[in-house]
Amino acid sequence: MNRINTKLQENKKLLSIYFTAGFPNLNDTVKIIQDLEKNGVDMIEIGLPFSDPLADGPTIQDSSTKALKNGMTTEVLFNQLKNIRESVNIPLIIMGYFNPMLQYGVDAFCKKCKDIGIDGLIIPDLPVDVYHDNYKEIFEKHGLINIFLITPQTPDERIRFIDSVSNGFIYMVSSASVTGSQSGFGDDQKEYFERISNMNLKNPQIVGFGIKDNATFNQATEYAKGAIIGSAFIKFLNDNSVENIDSFVKSIR
Amino acid sequence: MTKIMNYNVNEKGYYGEFGGAFIPEMLYPNVEELRQKYLEVMAEPEFLKEFNQLLKDYVGRPSPLYFAKRLSEKYNTKIYLKREDLNHTGAHKINNTIGQILMAKRLGKTRIIAETGAGQHGVATATVCALMGIECVVYMGEIDIARQAPNVARMKMLGAKVVPALSGSRTLKDATNEAIRDWINNPVDTHYIIGSAIGPHPYPDMVTRFQSIISEEIKWQLKEHENRENPDYVVACIGGGSNAAGTYYHFLHESDVNIIAVEAAGLGVDSGESAATSVLGKEGIIHGCKTLLMQTKDGQITEPYSISAGLDYPGVGPMHAHLAKTGRAEFMSITDEDAMKAGLELCKLEGIIPAIESSHALAIFEQKTFKPNDVVVVSLSGRGDKDLETYIKYFKL
Repeated sequence: MNRINTKLQENKKLLSIYFTAGFPNLNDTVKIIQDLEKNGVDMIEIGLPFSDPLADGPTIQDSSTKALKNGMTTEVLFNQLKNIRESVNIPLIIMGYFNPMLQYGVDAFCKKCKDIGIDGLIIPDLPVDVYHDNYKEIFEKHGLINIFLITPQTPDERIRFIDSVSNGFIYMVSSASVTGSQSGFGDDQKEYFERISNMNLKNPQIVGFGIKDNATFNQATEYAKGAIIGSAFIKFLNDNSVENIDSFVKSIR
Repeated sequence: MTKIMNYNVNEKGYYGEFGGAFIPEMLYPNVEELRQKYLEVMAEPEFLKEFNQLLKDYVGRPSPLYFAKRLSEKYNTKIYLKREDLNHTGAHKINNTIGQILMAKRLGKTRIIAETGAGQHGVATATVCALMGIECVVYMGEIDIARQAPNVARMKMLGAKVVPALSGSRTLKDATNEAIRDWINNPVDTHYIIGSAIGPHPYPDMVTRFQSIISEEIKWQLKEHENRENPDYVVACIGGGSNAAGTYYHFLHESDVNIIAVEAAGLGVDSGESAATSVLGKEGIIHGCKTLLMQTKDGQITEPYSISAGLDYPGVGPMHAHLAKTGRAEFMSITDEDAMKAGLELCKLEGIIPAIESSHALAIFEQKTFKPNDVVVVSLSGRGDKDLETYIKYFKL
């Protein structure tokens, strides 16, 4: 069974952390992953940096720009991760935009992920329709789970379709925004969380965008299976040393 | 009347292997609404009436098809200039913004965003927003804001808010990223007026159709001049490719019409400072569509270069990628130097100061020989007022 599915069966609210590979320093990748696991994080999204990250706010954009300047590439990331399964057991997901994967070759990229022990992918600019028609078989051949986003504006019918194509979890974007752009959740979010929860989807939902501390983590996971933190962690890495990751994780739960 | 032809983009939004809609889920409802409605709206008699009325009374269409006698004599062929430079706001861009502002109104949108490089599309968007009394926000790279001060001032005078794009290379591609992010953040009330034949489906097709008035007019105007509708060649410069798309549209299926697309070679195709996407680009995804794109082998989008801000884009529209791949269009590339010379030559021979973008299209006559009886129509996409400073510096005027 894929590590993501196993993890989703655990009877707890999951904390998933995103970081941009190659930031703050090119070779921090493995240490960040190990430290996050050591401090009880349930799942990690490793960001493959892209020059033009359309869905990301300034924090993740800046970290991507710096990571690319530091020399991060698809090949470098794969090399850094090649022995990662000797020391890390939690699910690992690569999050990146589609063009670098397309240039690497989608089949070759997926095969490499499988060989390394990557469990899933999140590709914000690969729509579910295109995935379903062109790439689903490739992902499944390599045992990779592809994770799709839904937003408060996604129509119910499309959510059902996304649910039918998914086989891990659904990434629930908390509000209409790019990453890292809001502060706290209001009534609109609560209503949306509740609405999705009442749809009884076959895939559990994990909430992302806008989670940054204990309060927002608790709000997000009241209805959902877990929550993803991205920009807040990147900000932390920007202002603190990678040595202090434990204090960040402890501040969340 | 603008005739809406059902042409070449397929139902899934592809031109051959190019096009599509590679967008984050957050944009899906807006893009999908547009996809479902754009053809229907564009075919409404009331929409067409308003669109054509504004093109006539406000933009000043039809733009003349002018026989350039002295230029023709010099190159020993028959050269016609399609005078998009005479449109209100000085370029072809207004054809599209008029169409899209009417579209936005019909979709019930109350706020407009746009991206701009040199500022021509920003000015054209700010203009139609003023005309309709709609809020307008234009994203423009911080570097472009500094080097295109007059257009920034124009947009402000027209009531638009100009927001600097501070990310990445702080030019057109980053302004486009910022506009897309704005649309993600404002999914309900906002319409994004893309200025070129790029972006997710249906944008390339919609922009092309709004610009197709150019080739529609060429047909009947050429009939008056030459007693024939089809020229031997149509020529246009290509950045993203909206003036080219409009210039080619009604000739795409006319096999007796040769299509020439002129890209900016910058300092030379192999110099590392170029925007010749058909030569330097590879299939990839930019701003929501699959097309030819300048990128590293790792798939990171690279920075193009051209003296002309309007051609300074790392991709081409998917329709043009298809025309390049299938060989339907002949792609040529023109350096900064040759474009500047051709621009000055048009001033001296015809009394017309062209935009530097358009000068690239004019420069092909030094590279390619046409027969004396060939009828060659060149899209003069914009006027050179905005480029005066560049001309002054370049020629030390």
